[in-house]
Order: sequence, then C-alpha cells, then structure tokens
Amino acid sequence: MDQGFFLLFATVSVITALAVVLARNPVHSALALMACFLQISAIFVLLEAPFLAVIQIFVYVGAIMVLFLFVIMMIDVREAVLQRFVPGGNLPALVLVALLGCEMVALVLWSDRFAVAEPAAMGGGDNIRQLSTTLFADYLLPFEVASVILLAALVGAIVLARKESG
Amino acid sequence: MVPLWWYILLGVVLFVIGAAGVLLRRNILVVLMSLELLLNSVNINFIAFGRYYDDFRGQIFAIFVIAITAAEVAVALGILVALVRNKSTLKVDDVTMMKG
Repeated sequence: MDQGFFLLFATVSVITALAVVLARNPVHSALALMACFLQISAIFVLLEAPFLAVIQIFVYVGAIMVLFLFVIMMIDVREAVLQRFVPGGNLPALVLVALLGCEMVALVLWSDRFAVAEPAAMGGGDNIRQLSTTLFADYLLPFEVASVILLAALVGAIVLARKESG
Repeated sequence: MVPLWWYILLGVVLFVIGAAGVLLRRNILVVLMSLELLLNSVNINFIAFGRYYDDFRGQIFAIFVIAITAAEVAVALGILVALVRNKSTLKVDDVTMMKG
C-alpha cells in the first residue's frame, strides 16, 4: 500500500522534474515545478511529516511559485521561448552530471547504512507538539536568525527591484 | 513498508535532474527553478533520515532550508528584475558584467 503510493508519487515527481528542465517555455517549467512540489509534499505525508507537507504547499506552491509566475508575467519571455534547448550543447557539464548521478546511485546501492528498519509510527498528534518543542526550545537562536534573514531578504528585494529614481 | 534507500534514491534522481538544469540550461528563470528542485531533493533526504532514525532534527533542518529558500528566491528574483531592466536579457551567458 505504502510502496504503491510512494512509487506513484516518485514517478510523477521525476517526470515533472524532467519537464521542468526540458520545457522550452518558462511558464510550462513553472507549472511542472508546481506539480513536482505537490508530489514531494505527498511524499512528506508518507514520511509522517504532515506539518512539513503543509509548509511545503504554503511556501513553495503558494508563495515561491506565485513569485516566479509574477516575474515571468512582468518580463518578456518571448525571446526565451524561441531559443531551443539542446542537451548536448554543453558536453562537459553533461558528462559531469552523468558521472555525479552514477556515483551517487552506486554509493546508495552499495552502502548498507540505508538498510534501516522503519521504526514504529510516531504518536499521531504528539508529532507536531514534539516538533515545535524541539524547534522553540533547542533551536530558538537559529529560528530568530532565520527571521532576521527573512527580514533582510525582504528589504533587499524591495531595494533591488525599485526603480532608480534617487 | 517503504525502505529508506527508496527515498534516498528519489532524492538522488531529483538532485541530478536539478543539477542538470542548473548546468545545462541557459535561461536564468529555469536555472532558478532547478535550484529549487535541488533544495527540495535535499529536504526529502533530511526528512527521510529523520523519520527512519526517529529524530526530529531532520524536520527542523528542513524547516530552516525552506525559510532560507524563500529568502533566496526573493533576492534572486529582485536581482533578475533589475538585470532585465538594465540589460534586457535572460541568458546566463550574456551576464558578464562582473568579468574583469
């Protein structure tokens, strides 16, 4: 049951990820990426991380992809649509990526460290409580630093995108 | 039950696809989207290891990765808008202003 769902979500996410890279139109890439994020959030649900799944949909699908589509709408992508994507155009990079993929797959398949038995299911609703306790007790300083980084990014984005009128 | 290495393999496949997008595509928008794909594949690894080793730190790290990604995308798209306004190009190869 779980395996079937995992295979379904994994297959669709890989297909949509390929569509992101291979699509000629950036709008198609953005829509495929949105579908890929939805599959990944379903995989988070399979991993019993429902909070992360909701965050994934809110932040990635809801905020980041809308930002991407807004920027695509603002700038002219017609020239970008016309240029063809040739995978063999950059041969060294292609070889490098293929080597990287083969190496990582070989390491994952040879190593016996990933043969961990799945632990018993975590206690349903207690899951999120424990997560938030860990986040706000042990990781309070990184949490605050992350909020400062978000504020800096907000100010930086406004300054960068503003018209230079002085 | 799904074995752990299935999740790791999915992360590897998505990472390689994202890396191929970053290295091979010439369109800045698609490069940024492939970057998102890379970060997401790492998140899958974090959460899978956290689940199988019964440790919440995997999910904590994934939350921080998502927060930093949001900041990164906001700044990157701001830079992109400024770039298109000044140079009116979307190709990575045309952006050589910082070259000595």
